[in-house]
Amino acid sequence: MGSQGLLKSRTAKTILDGIWRDHPVFSMLLGICSALAVSNRVANAIAMGASLTFVLVSTAIIISSLRKMIPNRIRMITYMITIASFVIIVDRFLKAFFPGISESIGPYVGLIITNCIVMGRAEAFFIQNNPYYSVLDALSNGFAYTYTLVIISVVREILGFGTLLGVNVIPAAWLDSWWQNWVVMAMAPGAFFLLAVFIWISRTLAKIETKDMG
Amino acid sequence: MAIHLLIVFVSSIVTYNMALTYLLGMCPFISLSRSLNTAIGMGVAVIFVVTLTAAINWPIYRLLLMTGSEILYYIIFIIVIAATVQLVEMIMERFFPALQAAFGIFLPLITVNCIVLAVSLFMVIREYGFIDSVVFAFGSACGWTGAIIVTAGINEKLKLVGDIPGGMKGPGIIMVSAGILALAIMGFTGVV
Repeated sequence: MGSQGLLKSRTAKTILDGIWRDHPVFSMLLGICSALAVSNRVANAIAMGASLTFVLVSTAIIISSLRKMIPNRIRMITYMITIASFVIIVDRFLKAFFPGISESIGPYVGLIITNCIVMGRAEAFFIQNNPYYSVLDALSNGFAYTYTLVIISVVREILGFGTLLGVNVIPAAWLDSWWQNWVVMAMAPGAFFLLAVFIWISRTLAKIETKDMG
Repeated sequence: MAIHLLIVFVSSIVTYNMALTYLLGMCPFISLSRSLNTAIGMGVAVIFVVTLTAAINWPIYRLLLMTGSEILYYIIFIIVIAATVQLVEMIMERFFPALQAAFGIFLPLITVNCIVLAVSLFMVIREYGFIDSVVFAFGSACGWTGAIIVTAGINEKLKLVGDIPGGMKGPGIIMVSAGILALAIMGFTGVV
């Protein structure tokens, strides 16, 4: 019973750490580039989140099963080659089945290779833990990244284009009277401001404060 | 020809700035733009490595095209980048120890800086020639460096003002200042 409880709590802790306490985006500040760049439409955000989660989980399986065999000195290059191989799979898959999305997120799929979330989790977690916890950790980090992207992209798509997943959501009466699409939201500055607000709110809730840097 | 290269160069700095338009290289951007000196050190290292890797990756991509194996270019590019960074570090350690002491600590970080890979990927997508690629890589890196230096400068001044809400300190406020900078740089749209 005792060990059962411990197992349970460790499982729960791994998941909770991933989706809230050590949230990759607002707490660890990893993977910001793509969080900003592909969050202008909800469809792109979902595709990006799913791609990252797939790469993260596959990398977790490979690295954590081989963790006793990977020599310490070449572990970085091992991570990179593993990640790059799965990114190629994702890239080909998107090109074949979702050409529209592949076109609009373009080089950012390839940039999953240098997305520090995958590298960071491989170095901090997968190399030290068994496949079970690694996959849990990968899933919860992937989920955290995806919901962050979706939250930001919902706001940006509604304000910037007046649509949600490509469907008009602004009532016609508003369109005639006072509604104007807020173009800045769909572009780079809007991404910066919204992510800043997201970080502000979630850091305040999670009580994370950056000490004044000297 | 010269005019064309000038257009590629200027547009990669102002209209299509890597940091402020494409939002690339954000991890080091957020963590290093807290002080001016580290920003400059990282910037110089990035300019050097980005230009070098683009020049190396271009002929390699041609080779992949000729052998019909361009599906592998993600793996090849990232290995080339990691190897180049390692090589540059070793050469600097041996022949320019002073330079190594000045920005040596930034070099290992560059491997995971997405701007290096991004420049090589854009080079492929836009089908640039060799000279175009090198000029574009140099311009993009300069643009990124300019953006991080300006943001670091703003943040050094902001520290004197103080009174920033707790959750907004650090990354939050850096992003707001970068956003304002991005608004300013949007004014260049259509110039080149």
